[in-house]
Amino acid sequence: MTNEEIKVYISSHAPSVSYDETGEWLNLTIEAAEWKDLALAITRSPLKMDYLFCLTCLDWKTHLTMVYHLTSTTYRHNIVVKANLILDKPQIETVSEIWRTAEFHEREVFEMFGVHFLNHPDLRKLILEEDFKGFPLRKDFEDPINMIKL
Amino acid sequence: MYNQTEIIKDTTELGPEGELVVNMGPQHPATHGVLHLVVTLNGETIKKIEPHLGYIHRSIEKMCESLTYRQFIYVTSRMDYLSSHINNTACALLVEKGMQIEVPERAQYVRTILNELTRIASHELWIGAMAMDLGAFTPFFYAFREREMITDIMEDTCGARLTMNYIVPGGLMYDIHPDFQNKVKAFIKQFKEKVTEYEDLVTNNVIFQSRTKGVGILSAEDAISFGCTGPVARASGVSCDIRKIAPYDVYAKVEFDEVIETAGDSFARYMVRIKEMNQSIRIIEQLIDTIPEGDFVGKTKNVLKLPKGEFYQRVETARGDFGVYIVSEGGTTPYRIKFRSPGFSNLSALSHMAEGSKIGDLMATMGTLDLVIPDIDR
Repeated sequence: MTNEEIKVYISSHAPSVSYDETGEWLNLTIEAAEWKDLALAITRSPLKMDYLFCLTCLDWKTHLTMVYHLTSTTYRHNIVVKANLILDKPQIETVSEIWRTAEFHEREVFEMFGVHFLNHPDLRKLILEEDFKGFPLRKDFEDPINMIKL
Repeated sequence: MYNQTEIIKDTTELGPEGELVVNMGPQHPATHGVLHLVVTLNGETIKKIEPHLGYIHRSIEKMCESLTYRQFIYVTSRMDYLSSHINNTACALLVEKGMQIEVPERAQYVRTILNELTRIASHELWIGAMAMDLGAFTPFFYAFREREMITDIMEDTCGARLTMNYIVPGGLMYDIHPDFQNKVKAFIKQFKEKVTEYEDLVTNNVIFQSRTKGVGILSAEDAISFGCTGPVARASGVSCDIRKIAPYDVYAKVEFDEVIETAGDSFARYMVRIKEMNQSIRIIEQLIDTIPEGDFVGKTKNVLKLPKGEFYQRVETARGDFGVYIVSEGGTTPYRIKFRSPGFSNLSALSHMAEGSKIGDLMATMGTLDLVIPDIDR
């Protein structure tokens, strides 16, 4: 499918979506509240985005952005879905039952950025210690003892 | 004398009756690194596996935010230390893509050869370690005999045996060793003679087959859903070779087959890796005599600045799809960097694969996932 066809299909499911084609792949920014419905729609025919190969978060100091890199193992087209979250109370619906790899990746984002994934089956720290304070990958994080910033 | 059931009752105050929780690791000989698995058992049957990560978490992603585009490559050698060449290549390719740096053909050829040698070395180590996990000690020495030749080639050319750091944005750090081609050819000759020994020792071994066939089955749908890549997914019949999907360096010019098995069990994962080594040899044979003359590094500025924007590069390491995602603000350092490590996603499928099998089979299932812990923890 070409980018134009993908855009038509996605716009019919998420009206408030905006596109950016300057990068290598088609980027779309959506409202966080629309993500779960759109995720269900893009896994079905004709897009079949069945493979979530990267899930991460960006801290822009004013807000957080969730980034989902998706591809289809059938058609090999790629899209990047982004959703902006507010810094004070970042939360978004989990997609771990749609792409099960998201379960681990979301746990990582949860501990590193403090994003709450609603309805996640097991939202606990994965890499850090249980009593670790703060969110290390946020830009305002400073650790005076274990310096990770050079 | 004690009563067995009473002890089980004592330890299961928090869980349902009859369940036993066993901690495997963080210092366990079969996890090959500090991985901690909390295994919930019912008798000998696995009910659930919960991995606890982070024993060697170094926050490489945060560290890279304050390193320049020349420096951050060297950190990636410390992630998947068995595929350090391929990790370096991914980072170099990303910087080259972002800054539109021309890479001389000579460098591309050498990179591809070294990447395939790395893949063979990684699979060799895996065969030895995996057979040892299952109780066979001899294959370890056989595998290391050939692996030693590769590490010698690496030492001549790159100056290091494990963390090579030989690839820079634009090409290679310095030219190949004058003896490089002869040594690689000698290695190919020996490998072809000796690879049948693995078949006799391991592949056709009845004990090995009965311990791996039908153990740790992963279906194609689950492999995709769990984001599995590399030999793990290909053993389940999923075509996912990045060298075929999005060729980089000179992979588009060489002929090789993507190895796919359909059984999805531990034995299929073993077979994929054995056949992949032969395909790697095939790639090296096509390139080793035709390395073009010329520069080994393209023209680059001293200070590299990636333009504002987002970049993603995927490569195929020995363990699967390795991705580097960089968000740049136009400065000399990345604003945010994310390493998508194949081991992290492959590990997430472990609990699903081992569920319902016996604890003795966990070694075969986990061994064939080929986990490298620094790659998972980052």
